[in-house]
Amino acid sequence: MFLDHLTDWLEPARASLATVTTPIILIADFPVKSVENLSLIAETRYNLIQDIAQLNQDQLLLQAKNQKLSALAVENNRLRELLGSAEKLRDNVVVAELVGVDPDPENHEIIIDKGAVNDVFVGQPLLDSKGLMGQVISVSRYTSRVLLVSDPSHSVPVQVVRSNLRLVAQGAGVTSHLNLMFVQDTADIRDGDLLITSGLGGRFPAGYPVAVVNRVEGQAGKPFALVTAVPSALLDRSRYVLLVFTEDKKDSSKDNPYDANGDW
Amino acid sequence: MFSQLIIVVTFLFAMILSVFRLPDSLPLMLAYLRPEWITLVLIYWAIALPKTVGMKSAWIIGLLTDALLGSLLGLHAFVFMLVVYISSSLYQRLRMMASWQQSLFVFAVIFLSQSVFFWTGQITGTVQWTNLYFLPSIISALLWPWIFIILRSVRRKFNIS
Repeated sequence: MFLDHLTDWLEPARASLATVTTPIILIADFPVKSVENLSLIAETRYNLIQDIAQLNQDQLLLQAKNQKLSALAVENNRLRELLGSAEKLRDNVVVAELVGVDPDPENHEIIIDKGAVNDVFVGQPLLDSKGLMGQVISVSRYTSRVLLVSDPSHSVPVQVVRSNLRLVAQGAGVTSHLNLMFVQDTADIRDGDLLITSGLGGRFPAGYPVAVVNRVEGQAGKPFALVTAVPSALLDRSRYVLLVFTEDKKDSSKDNPYDANGDW
Repeated sequence: MFSQLIIVVTFLFAMILSVFRLPDSLPLMLAYLRPEWITLVLIYWAIALPKTVGMKSAWIIGLLTDALLGSLLGLHAFVFMLVVYISSSLYQRLRMMASWQQSLFVFAVIFLSQSVFFWTGQITGTVQWTNLYFLPSIISALLWPWIFIILRSVRRKFNIS
């Protein structure tokens, strides 16, 4: 136990044991999944046609946006090259499906159906369609375990889009809000500010939405203000999630000693 | 061999129940009502067949549970060994007890195991004490008579002894 807590020597053993228990997780997930499938079957033809029409429309809009975006990304990369910056906008994503949730409500952890065979690695960021969800904390052969941003032991370095203020968002143990730590009373932050990953700490790629500020309260007699934010990702509702593969992130996370502790 | 297989199947069943995913529409508080299925099954077999289900099986099941729940490797193994040690050293007395007395025993044992989880949680993480920690042991104790009847009928049906 001490060995597991303080070092990562037991990680291979844990991975193989977790591979053995994978069928149990899949079986436990089966009833919920089959109920969802049943409701899909029971859906009327008219509703489905409407859904398809809606999706086609959305896709058209997204494609139009994407056209502009790819041009912007190329331009952005060229400008960055001019600036001599190494950072490039090139993230690949892989879609994963949620297959399990930690039964202990104190632990905000989920299990996804991609593992070592899909090149998932510890520390990999996870997104849903709305924003950052969390990071991978252990990988078995076919599944991996993800710590959500709402877990009290998880913090993520963020940045306010409007004012570029850098902050740290810590999980509060509930999915409804994150706590922003060490915010000066005079800091330029207010309700409705979007927080994105700042890319500091080297674990999360910069620029993904994390949360929206919903409360700023100065506390008399205390050095820091009480600031909370609502996570953008649907932490307790997303079934399909995205694993981010950032180029050359895989090697850099290995040799950075601060990264290995995994708190950030 | 066959009887061991049946015992393993009951444990598999308990493991499935302990990670069984509740639909997202239900409130989160319900998760605190989840009984400690694996511990309950373990207590039954430790009382019924103390020669077959001993410390070694408790250790193996504990390690698998750790991998299943993502807890500290060895935590459940240690707790399950503790549970099996207590139950199998008292098995003759426990068999004589009425089922409500057994329930009290189950409550005490599972409360002890919850406390060990809580203590390690405090040392290694940021676990806050809530009175909800009592709930799994109370629920498990209330469920014990039924678990006992079900597992006894399984044992008699397959003639495991």
